[in-house]
Amino acid sequence: MNNRLKVLRAERGWSQGDLADRLGVSRQSVNAIETGRYDPSLPLAFKIAELFVLPIETIFVSPSAGEVQG
Amino acid sequence: MARSPATCRYDIRIIALSAAYGVLLIAASWLFKHHQVTGPLAWIVAILPALPIVGMFAAIGVYLMEETDEYVRMLMVRQTLWASGFALSIATVWGFLESFGLVGHVAPYCVVILWYAGLGLGGLANGLTTHRRGA
Repeated sequence: MNNRLKVLRAERGWSQGDLADRLGVSRQSVNAIETGRYDPSLPLAFKIAELFVLPIETIFVSPSAGEVQG
Repeated sequence: MARSPATCRYDIRIIALSAAYGVLLIAASWLFKHHQVTGPLAWIVAILPALPIVGMFAAIGVYLMEETDEYVRMLMVRQTLWASGFALSIATVWGFLESFGLVGHVAPYCVVILWYAGLGLGGLANGLTTHRRGA
Protein backbone atom coordinates (compact mmCIF):
# COMPACT_ATOMS: atom_id res chain seq x y z
CA MET A 1 0.00 0.00 0.00
CA ASN A 2 1.46 3.34 -1.07
CA ASN A 3 1.79 6.06 1.53
CA ARG A 4 3.22 9.54 2.16
CA LEU A 5 5.03 8.61 5.33
CA LYS A 6 8.51 9.37 3.99
CA VAL A 7 7.44 12.83 2.78
CA LEU A 8 5.64 13.68 6.03
CA ARG A 9 8.63 12.52 8.05
CA ALA A 10 11.03 14.54 5.90
CA GLU A 11 8.86 17.66 6.29
CA ARG A 12 9.36 17.42 10.04
CA GLY A 13 13.06 16.68 9.73
CA TRP A 14 12.71 13.33 11.47
CA SER A 15 14.88 10.34 10.78
CA GLN A 16 13.34 6.87 10.54
CA GLY A 17 14.66 6.27 14.05
CA ASP A 18 12.97 9.44 15.35
CA LEU A 19 9.64 8.35 13.90
CA ALA A 20 10.10 4.82 15.21
CA ASP A 21 10.71 6.18 18.73
CA ARG A 22 7.59 8.34 18.54
CA LEU A 23 5.51 5.38 17.40
CA GLY A 24 7.07 2.88 19.79
CA VAL A 25 8.16 0.53 17.00
CA SER A 26 11.50 -0.44 15.46
CA ARG A 27 13.24 1.56 12.72
CA GLN A 28 12.95 -1.61 10.65
CA SER A 29 9.15 -1.33 10.90
CA VAL A 30 9.13 2.30 9.78
CA ASN A 31 11.31 1.41 6.82
CA ALA A 32 9.07 -1.51 5.86
CA ILE A 33 5.95 0.70 5.99
CA GLU A 34 7.58 3.57 4.06
CA THR A 35 8.71 1.29 1.25
CA GLY A 36 5.27 -0.34 1.03
CA ARG A 37 6.68 -3.69 2.05
CA TYR A 38 4.42 -3.90 5.07
CA ASP A 39 0.90 -2.58 5.61
CA PRO A 40 0.44 -1.51 9.24
CA SER A 41 -2.47 -2.74 11.33
CA LEU A 42 -5.39 -0.38 11.83
CA PRO A 43 -4.27 0.58 15.39
CA LEU A 44 -0.77 1.45 14.13
CA ALA A 45 -2.17 3.34 11.13
CA PHE A 46 -4.34 5.38 13.53
CA LYS A 47 -1.31 6.02 15.73
CA ILE A 48 0.61 7.32 12.71
CA ALA A 49 -2.32 9.52 11.69
CA GLU A 50 -2.64 10.91 15.22
CA LEU A 51 1.09 11.64 15.35
CA PHE A 52 0.94 13.66 12.13
CA VAL A 53 -2.49 15.09 13.05
CA LEU A 54 -3.87 14.01 9.68
CA PRO A 55 -6.70 11.74 8.52
CA ILE A 56 -5.52 8.21 7.69
CA GLU A 57 -6.57 8.53 4.05
CA THR A 58 -4.24 11.49 3.51
CA ILE A 59 -1.28 9.36 4.63
CA PHE A 60 -2.17 5.96 3.18
CA VAL A 61 -3.43 5.52 -0.37
CA SER A 62 -6.27 3.02 -0.61
CA PRO A 63 -5.32 0.23 -3.06
CA SER A 64 -8.95 0.11 -4.21
CA ALA A 65 -9.37 3.91 -4.59
CA GLY A 66 -8.95 3.74 -8.38
CA GLU A 67 -11.44 0.90 -8.69
CA VAL A 68 -14.11 2.81 -6.75
CA GLN A 69 -13.66 5.94 -8.83
CA GLY A 70 -13.46 4.04 -12.11
CA MET B 1 18.75 -2.34 15.01
CA ALA B 2 18.11 -2.17 18.74
CA ARG B 3 16.76 -5.41 20.13
CA SER B 4 13.32 -5.22 21.66
CA PRO B 5 12.83 -6.13 25.36
CA ALA B 6 10.83 -9.19 24.19
CA THR B 7 13.77 -10.32 22.03
CA CYS B 8 16.17 -9.93 24.97
CA ARG B 9 13.88 -12.01 27.20
CA TYR B 10 13.59 -14.62 24.44
CA ASP B 11 17.38 -14.80 24.13
CA ILE B 12 17.77 -15.28 27.89
CA ARG B 13 15.15 -18.07 27.91
CA ILE B 14 16.81 -19.85 24.98
CA ILE B 15 20.26 -19.62 26.62
CA ALA B 16 18.87 -20.99 29.92
CA LEU B 17 17.01 -23.80 28.13
CA SER B 18 20.10 -24.68 26.06
CA ALA B 19 22.16 -24.93 29.25
CA ALA B 20 19.47 -27.08 30.89
CA TYR B 21 19.40 -29.32 27.80
CA GLY B 22 23.17 -29.82 27.95
CA VAL B 23 23.14 -30.68 31.65
CA LEU B 24 20.13 -33.01 31.40
CA LEU B 25 21.46 -34.79 28.31
CA ILE B 26 24.84 -35.43 29.93
CA ALA B 27 23.20 -36.57 33.18
CA ALA B 28 20.72 -38.89 31.43
CA SER B 29 23.43 -40.37 29.21
CA TRP B 30 25.66 -40.99 32.25
CA LEU B 31 22.83 -42.62 34.24
CA PHE B 32 21.87 -44.95 31.37
CA LYS B 33 25.51 -45.76 30.54
CA HIS B 34 26.13 -46.81 34.15
CA HIS B 35 22.78 -48.64 34.48
CA GLN B 36 21.66 -46.38 37.31
CA VAL B 37 18.01 -46.16 36.27
CA THR B 38 15.35 -48.79 35.60
CA GLY B 39 11.57 -49.04 35.45
CA PRO B 40 9.43 -45.89 35.63
CA LEU B 41 12.44 -43.78 36.67
CA ALA B 42 14.16 -44.71 33.39
CA TRP B 43 11.20 -43.28 31.47
CA ILE B 44 11.36 -40.05 33.43
CA VAL B 45 15.13 -39.69 32.99
CA ALA B 46 14.86 -40.46 29.26
CA ILE B 47 12.25 -37.74 28.81
CA LEU B 48 14.13 -35.08 30.81
CA PRO B 49 16.48 -33.93 27.97
CA ALA B 50 13.44 -33.46 25.71
CA LEU B 51 11.76 -31.02 28.08
CA PRO B 52 14.09 -28.03 27.44
CA ILE B 53 13.56 -28.55 23.69
CA VAL B 54 9.81 -28.44 24.23
CA GLY B 55 10.47 -25.34 26.34
CA MET B 56 12.22 -23.70 23.37
CA PHE B 57 9.04 -24.04 21.30
CA ALA B 58 7.08 -22.58 24.20
CA ALA B 59 9.64 -19.73 24.40
CA ILE B 60 8.92 -18.87 20.77
CA GLY B 61 5.19 -18.79 21.58
CA VAL B 62 5.79 -16.54 24.59
CA TYR B 63 7.99 -14.27 22.46
CA LEU B 64 5.25 -13.92 19.85
CA MET B 65 2.82 -12.91 22.59
CA GLU B 66 5.26 -10.46 24.19
CA GLU B 67 6.61 -8.77 21.05
CA THR B 68 4.86 -5.42 20.71
CA ASP B 69 6.39 -4.51 17.32
CA GLU B 70 3.88 -5.98 14.87
CA TYR B 71 6.27 -5.99 11.89
CA VAL B 72 9.03 -7.77 13.82
CA ARG B 73 6.41 -10.22 15.13
CA MET B 74 5.25 -10.90 11.57
CA LEU B 75 8.85 -11.61 10.54
CA MET B 76 9.17 -14.17 13.34
CA VAL B 77 5.89 -15.82 12.38
CA ARG B 78 7.13 -16.05 8.79
CA GLN B 79 10.42 -17.51 10.02
CA THR B 80 8.61 -20.23 12.02
CA LEU B 81 6.48 -21.06 8.95
CA TRP B 82 9.68 -21.54 6.98
CA ALA B 83 11.01 -23.77 9.76
CA SER B 84 7.85 -25.89 9.93
CA GLY B 85 7.54 -26.22 6.15
CA PHE B 86 11.21 -27.14 5.76
CA ALA B 87 11.29 -29.70 8.59
CA LEU B 88 7.96 -31.34 7.76
CA SER B 89 8.75 -31.55 4.04
CA ILE B 90 12.07 -33.30 4.60
CA ALA B 91 10.57 -35.55 7.30
CA THR B 92 7.76 -36.55 4.91
CA VAL B 93 10.11 -37.31 2.02
CA TRP B 94 12.46 -39.23 4.33
CA GLY B 95 9.53 -41.15 5.79
CA PHE B 96 8.51 -42.45 2.38
CA LEU B 97 12.09 -43.29 1.43
CA GLU B 98 12.40 -45.18 4.71
CA SER B 99 9.08 -46.99 4.16
CA PHE B 100 10.30 -48.31 0.81
CA GLY B 101 13.59 -49.41 2.37
CA LEU B 102 15.76 -46.95 0.48
CA VAL B 103 17.25 -45.15 3.48
CA GLY B 104 17.95 -46.07 7.08
CA HIS B 105 15.92 -45.11 10.11
CA VAL B 106 16.48 -41.68 11.65
CA ALA B 107 15.37 -40.80 15.18
CA PRO B 108 12.27 -38.55 15.09
CA TYR B 109 13.95 -35.93 17.30
CA CYS B 110 16.20 -35.11 14.35
CA VAL B 111 13.21 -33.16 13.00
CA VAL B 112 14.02 -30.55 15.65
CA ILE B 113 17.43 -30.05 14.07
CA LEU B 114 15.74 -29.64 10.68
CA TRP B 115 13.25 -27.22 12.21
CA TYR B 116 16.02 -25.01 13.57
CA ALA B 117 17.81 -25.21 10.22
CA GLY B 118 14.54 -24.05 8.66
CA LEU B 119 14.39 -21.23 11.19
CA GLY B 120 17.82 -20.15 9.93
CA LEU B 121 16.58 -20.32 6.33
CA GLY B 122 13.57 -18.23 7.32
CA GLY B 123 15.88 -15.66 8.90
CA LEU B 124 17.87 -15.59 5.67
CA ALA B 125 14.68 -15.13 3.63
CA ASN B 126 13.62 -12.30 5.95
CA GLY B 127 17.03 -10.69 5.58
CA LEU B 128 16.88 -10.89 1.78
CA THR B 129 13.37 -9.40 1.76
CA THR B 130 14.43 -6.59 4.09
CA HIS B 131 17.52 -5.66 2.08
CA ARG B 132 15.98 -6.05 -1.37
CA ARG B 133 14.10 -2.79 -1.04
CA GLY B 134 16.73 -0.74 0.71
CA ALA B 135 16.11 -1.22 4.44
